[in-house]
Amino acid sequence: MSHHIIEFRDVRFRYPDGTDALKGVSFRITHGESVGIVGANGAGKSTLLLHMNGHLLPTSGDVTIGEVPLRKETRPEIRRKVGVVFQNPDDQLFMPTVFDDVAFGPLNLGLPPGRVRERVHEALRRVNALGLAGKPPHHLSGGQKSAVAIATVIAMEPDILVMDEPAASLDPKSRRSVIGLLNGFTHSKIIASHDLDLILDVCGRCLVIGDGAIVADGPAEKILSDAALLAENDLELPLTLQGRHTMGGTKP
Amino acid sequence: MGDPGGAKRTILLTFEAAYSGIGRLDRLSYRDTPVHRLDPRAKVVATMLFVVAVVSFPRYEVLSLLPFFLFPALIAALGDIPGGFIARKVAAVSPFAVFVGMFNPLFDPGTVEVLPGVSVSAGWLSFASILVKFALTISAALLLIATTSFPGICRGLRRLGMPPLFVSQLLFLYRYLFVLLEEAMRVVRARDMRSFGSRGTGMRVFVRIAGTLFLRTVERAERIYGAMLARGFHGEVPSMRREELRLPDAVFLVASVSFFALCRAVPVPETIGRVFRGLAG
Repeated sequence: MSHHIIEFRDVRFRYPDGTDALKGVSFRITHGESVGIVGANGAGKSTLLLHMNGHLLPTSGDVTIGEVPLRKETRPEIRRKVGVVFQNPDDQLFMPTVFDDVAFGPLNLGLPPGRVRERVHEALRRVNALGLAGKPPHHLSGGQKSAVAIATVIAMEPDILVMDEPAASLDPKSRRSVIGLLNGFTHSKIIASHDLDLILDVCGRCLVIGDGAIVADGPAEKILSDAALLAENDLELPLTLQGRHTMGGTKP
Repeated sequence: MGDPGGAKRTILLTFEAAYSGIGRLDRLSYRDTPVHRLDPRAKVVATMLFVVAVVSFPRYEVLSLLPFFLFPALIAALGDIPGGFIARKVAAVSPFAVFVGMFNPLFDPGTVEVLPGVSVSAGWLSFASILVKFALTISAALLLIATTSFPGICRGLRRLGMPPLFVSQLLFLYRYLFVLLEEAMRVVRARDMRSFGSRGTGMRVFVRIAGTLFLRTVERAERIYGAMLARGFHGEVPSMRREELRLPDAVFLVASVSFFALCRAVPVPETIGRVFRGLAG
């Protein structure tokens, strides 16, 4: 299934103000992989994600999704393959009701109304939000908004799911249910987050980004247990790996 | 007003009160009553015709307008909308109408005969007419919003031929009004927390706050547009609802339009008066 591959080859990106956000990034993500992207604030995570559906185009280097090279003209095709869930659900949910919002993508894909209705139903069922279909987004709680934001993207049945901080500012229970949701998807997944425990729970592989370049790439368990590597990149061990006593709790 | 913080506190309170007022109006519109179930188009058309009928009365007309109050009263009763809430909203915007009409009594000193044998100052009469028309049209518009979800109104307008661009604008206005108001409320709270007495609440700070909110809004708009593009947006917000006008909608529309036409064509109170006088005599 070669069409679920994401490949970055020496991608560089410079913002109009002269900031070099990406300084030669190369990696390849294959079908069904679940990859976490971690790094300090300002390391280039968001810029990287914005390249995956062509919101930004590389200044130099190549991005290939499936067999399609990312160019201005191929963006609509690439957006059909890659679904992006943005960090703030209020930016993602712009339609007056949950139903309309989840239907927005499938309708734009030109599906007939019957199929759209099925897709919306299925997407909302998968995120346990069927009961919310008729509600306006501003009547939802934070956790419900996140679940619906994910539904809006999976209703388009993308090959690859990209998420920016899917569980930020959620209460522990909502966060847990988002993790459960993510683990239920067989798509290729790319998740950028500071929630290293979430990455550890969901992702098999992990990329560490530092100053616009890839610093480390390997199995998530190995990378996320490497305290020295994490500390160099302004990160720390996932809380589940820290152990209370190493934090000075046993000092007399 | 001896307490220097008093004025500021009132400003803050009115801001939050205005916000919760809009929120309440919005929540009312999601109720389920016979009026709420009517097709949005029927309600939009009826309200527009109501407004046209009311506004088309000549400037010295007051009594003939009174039967029109039956329409908002019925809608409020059948739609289970608290009348006091609507009345307070109308009162809150009434200064506009008062300003428009307040000079009429000064500039129009003539007299007009309202009933046979009863004359009233023309200026005061036209002032009263403005206030009555204002109360009628505003309460009808508020009731339309309180009994029809905003998306429903937008769909109705679209089906009635409003250009899609305007409809999308209205939809986004509705969707992000609450987000923006909440953001403004958080900023105002943060300011009040760190400004003591009247310091830090002056015009200069206010201007900066407005600027910050504007910049945030622009950034948010960019992110939203990105999210729309990511889901295949290409110009028009799609909708798949196809409502048909049903019998109750037609009955409602025909009944209300004939009522407006009757009240517009026949001076109802006068006729009733004449009938009674005829009976007595």
